[in-house]
Amino acid sequence: MTATAIAETDTGVQTLDMTETPLREVNETLQAQSASTNQTRFVIENPRGSHAVAVGLDAPIEVTVKGSTGYYCAGMNKQATVHVTGSVGPGVAENMMSGTVIIDGDASQYAGATGHGGLLVVKGNASSRCGISMKGIDIVVHGNIGHMSAFMAQKGNLVVLGDAGDALGDSLYEARLFVRGKVKSLGADCIEKEMRPEHIALLRDLLDRAGADAKPEEFTRYGSARKLYNFNIDHAGDY
Amino acid sequence: MCGIVGLFLKNPDLRPQLGEMLTDMLITMTDRGPDSAGIAIYGDGDDGLKVTVQSDTPQESFDGLDAALSAALGADVTMRVVDTHAVLSIPDGARDAAVAFLEDRGLRIMGLGASMEIFKEVGLPHEVAARFDLRAMGGSHGIGHTRMATESAVTTLGAHPFSTAEDQCLVHNGSLSNHNQMRRVLTQKGFPPKTENDTEVAACYISSRIAEGANLGQALEGTLDDLDGFFTFVMGTKNGFGVVRDPIACKPAVMAETDDYVAFGSEYRAFADLPGIEAARVWEPEPATVYFWER
Repeated sequence: MTATAIAETDTGVQTLDMTETPLREVNETLQAQSASTNQTRFVIENPRGSHAVAVGLDAPIEVTVKGSTGYYCAGMNKQATVHVTGSVGPGVAENMMSGTVIIDGDASQYAGATGHGGLLVVKGNASSRCGISMKGIDIVVHGNIGHMSAFMAQKGNLVVLGDAGDALGDSLYEARLFVRGKVKSLGADCIEKEMRPEHIALLRDLLDRAGADAKPEEFTRYGSARKLYNFNIDHAGDY
Repeated sequence: MCGIVGLFLKNPDLRPQLGEMLTDMLITMTDRGPDSAGIAIYGDGDDGLKVTVQSDTPQESFDGLDAALSAALGADVTMRVVDTHAVLSIPDGARDAAVAFLEDRGLRIMGLGASMEIFKEVGLPHEVAARFDLRAMGGSHGIGHTRMATESAVTTLGAHPFSTAEDQCLVHNGSLSNHNQMRRVLTQKGFPPKTENDTEVAACYISSRIAEGANLGQALEGTLDDLDGFFTFVMGTKNGFGVVRDPIACKPAVMAETDDYVAFGSEYRAFADLPGIEAARVWEPEPATVYFWER
């Protein structure tokens, strides 16, 4: 790390400018922070659509990425809060374990894929395969989501303030899906379900944490019909 | 994996900078496609027709080519040699005779058109750009491609863009699975692909639909019904360009629009140096949806 690559300001925010600091150094700096670090706030400038920005973090730090990123931003995140002021490419917060990832713009395909925990907030739209195979992550999308979202989603909550594309929740396990707008079509074994008080309470908390201005009562819940869990010879054609 | 870039200028003042802007975009997409690179660039249409030809032995192939072609056609032909390519300007109506003459001399026809020129070669995008001095080229719109080969060999003829009709070209990220069947269908219809490449089949398909009376939008929509496989296509025409992605849409695509231009990229990275990109409208084209811009 060169001395000139890091500009430390009076406010304790460390700035990493990607026009001067290579991606690996940026990520190594962020990944080197421990749970007891005194340096908790970072700003990444000029990401210019780079791939794998702020990946593999494992400390309670706050990282603001000023601009738009490419593939796999904030992948495998643990504990950290990553805030991207622009849009992100495919695979944002893929396999997130904990922490928070906030995208001010849009997210490309498979946002939050396979995520085990934490909260992913997309303030714009997310495209296809949002939350595919999610395993405990909470995802809140302020806009719309694309086709095949929550495919084989196992656990966690996907909240969509806008509309959902084709084949929502295809082959769904136990993830809960909440959509305020229209759903173009439901995937195999995904059905509409009643909103009970515990779902309203869960959704209110998620919307609140995601800074979303929406009432839980406006949403419809979708979940698994659980008919694909066991092989049924009469439904052989459905598999 | 391949990289696609496209730029359609709305502000005519930017035309001299088209090559500069497009070259930076193209080089940014190097790690999506290091095998070969190509560009189709659309300038102001002159009178007559431009034929872009390629030769592996340009010095001997292009020596005296303009004089020989002029004599054969009985008309004035001008020639501009650009590395392994030469752009020949021929009179309207001399197309068939000129193509027959050039092919007879063993030259490869890269494309024909009133305003389109195509330059493509094997190699890293920055090397290809330098060979052709792409940065110095001006024009109204252009499409570039960096190829990571899957469906056919790494050769000049396997590089994109593919042109199968005047002023039309196609670039592709993806792979088609029914191209052999389509090749037979198109050959029967009189639009035979010349190479083993799947993208050329798609280009022939679109050209055939346009020849049958479809407009650009209809022809691109037809790819959704008749072509099987993965694709993000960007199609160039004399007046603009069109974009379509297959319904699964796993091949990436992003677009940006300002008052000055419409830009296409496989990734946002390709836009990072464009003027005013911070304030541009940036979005991902929807699956199975045709977009086009024409002047």
